Amino acid sequence: MLNLVVCIKQVPIVSELPWDSKTGTLRRELAEGMMNPSCKHALEAALQLADQHNGKITVFSMGPLMAEEVLYEAVAMGADRGVLLTDKRMAGADTHITSLILARAIKKKCPDFDLVLCGDQTSDSETAQVGPQLAEELGIPGVANAEKLDLATHALCLERQTDDFLEILEMDLPGLVTISPHYYVPRHVSLGGVQQAFDYPNVDTLGADDLGLDPGLVALKHSPTKIIRVYSPSTEKENIVLKGAVKRIVNELFTRFGDRIGGAMSKDLKTHDHP
Amino acid sequence: MMKTLNHDIWVFGDYRNYFQNRVTLQLLARAGELAPKTGGSICAIVFGYDVGEYVAEYIAHGAEKVYVVDHPQLKQYSIEAYTGLMERLVEAHRPEILLIGATCFGKEYAPKVAKRLKTGLSADCIDLDINKDGLMIQTSPSFGGNLIAEILTPNNKPQVATVRAGTFQEIPHNADAKGEIISMSIPDDLPMERVRLIRSERLPKKGHKIEDTSVVICGGRGMGSKQKFKKIFELAHLMDGEVGATRPVVHAGWSGPNTLVGQAGRQISPKILISFGISGAIQHTAALGDADFIIAVNKNPNATMMKMADVAVVADANQACLAIIKAIKEKIQI
Repeated sequence: MLNLVVCIKQVPIVSELPWDSKTGTLRRELAEGMMNPSCKHALEAALQLADQHNGKITVFSMGPLMAEEVLYEAVAMGADRGVLLTDKRMAGADTHITSLILARAIKKKCPDFDLVLCGDQTSDSETAQVGPQLAEELGIPGVANAEKLDLATHALCLERQTDDFLEILEMDLPGLVTISPHYYVPRHVSLGGVQQAFDYPNVDTLGADDLGLDPGLVALKHSPTKIIRVYSPSTEKENIVLKGAVKRIVNELFTRFGDRIGGAMSKDLKTHDHP
Repeated sequence: MMKTLNHDIWVFGDYRNYFQNRVTLQLLARAGELAPKTGGSICAIVFGYDVGEYVAEYIAHGAEKVYVVDHPQLKQYSIEAYTGLMERLVEAHRPEILLIGATCFGKEYAPKVAKRLKTGLSADCIDLDINKDGLMIQTSPSFGGNLIAEILTPNNKPQVATVRAGTFQEIPHNADAKGEIISMSIPDDLPMERVRLIRSERLPKKGHKIEDTSVVICGGRGMGSKQKFKKIFELAHLMDGEVGATRPVVHAGWSGPNTLVGQAGRQISPKILISFGISGAIQHTAALGDADFIIAVNKNPNATMMKMADVAVVADANQACLAIIKAIKEKIQI
């Protein structure tokens, strides 16, 4: 039987982002969540492989308690069981620590996995780092941005586009892939399906001690990267209004913004200006 | 935890799409600006086969040292082999900083390297600087650019970051520049490849795409007629940009369907967008959010498009377009 692991993340859907400016991390308990889009594509890829090859799927997610919602959604879509990794000590983990924790959980709950599937990146932090780092942490090969997957006995054949190349690759199993959103189309889940998942949950919850993490490990403190400042870029436009005779205002346009216009054209528009 | 032996800044040589992708040169230039603040040398790292010309290019563009592993086995990029090689090089030479271009390869390679070296990594940095403590400030966007974070890797070395092409500017080619080339032979005990490249094809270049261009000139119904709309094409051509159009314009046949800019058409992110005679219906303006600088021309100062522009030019679209074409021709001496 094919043993598949999918890692999914719950990401915020609000446009107003409440930040704890002291720790530089998202106050996720205040934001509504959804399954990260490319994680859903990864789950769909797993579901199709499981259908074709008689497989079972365990879905993992690390996050606050409310992240269990995406695990229920995954079970409703067809995953066999979910594992929530949640603990105050895991909060504020960067990708280095996140991949460490996910690897620990996979080794504990699915030690004989054949393939790990992850989304290629999240819509919140967008680093695309956890997949490759998880592969490294598990000591398995990993390939990012995979599109079509074809499973053979001990290897996975996959197709992907990368840096203007179309590549066909073969990866030994056990291995890890991150899935691009361009190939697999996630199936819809009926409302009844979601309700059933909540009524007959197959979701385990594990904390830091359950995973045997170092008792001194505190993600925020031990993440090698530290966020020291967070800010929103200025989106206020100045909105300068030019009015009057066309010739004069076009002159003014180039006097004031000629560098900007020329810059976009990679041309110097000022040197030949007549007085 | 690794201790550094120097304050060097390393730049990974990502050469396979050179000449178009110049991110390595751009990172070498930035490394050149940061090196005086760290007190180290600017080094390029090149793995591959028959890579002498790239080594020379990197020296001509600012590398003071180049560490090279040149071997037929490394002809194709390989995450596994290159991770192993970088690990050994870093352990041997202990640099302060490692910069990697955020190409598809770089974005997959850098996290592996950082994890192997047990250090921190920031992605797609839009700026890098050195603070008063000698640490690299990594400015990294998230939430689609809606949130910017400044990140430090205070306790782990090297400090690693990926940076997208176009963030920094390369220094001009200097044929007289001198650099030290340090060749390393390929280790005997590099692990077997667990990922094998079966086939690789270059994807055909899609031609000048509106999504990638720096200049977009958009025209709306306010241009008046198909004949008058032609000056939108003229201005776009003059500025080496692309033409964009609203749905009514495309429906009227003044411009082709591939120029439709909007929710159902193309999303654009140019450095400059100049729009003529566009009122600003939501289906169109929804696609304009990533334009750096918007100049809108409309007779009506209260049109939505005018309110969302950086510069709102209150004028007849046709007259203004003609005047701008004339002005640019004069300035670039056509």
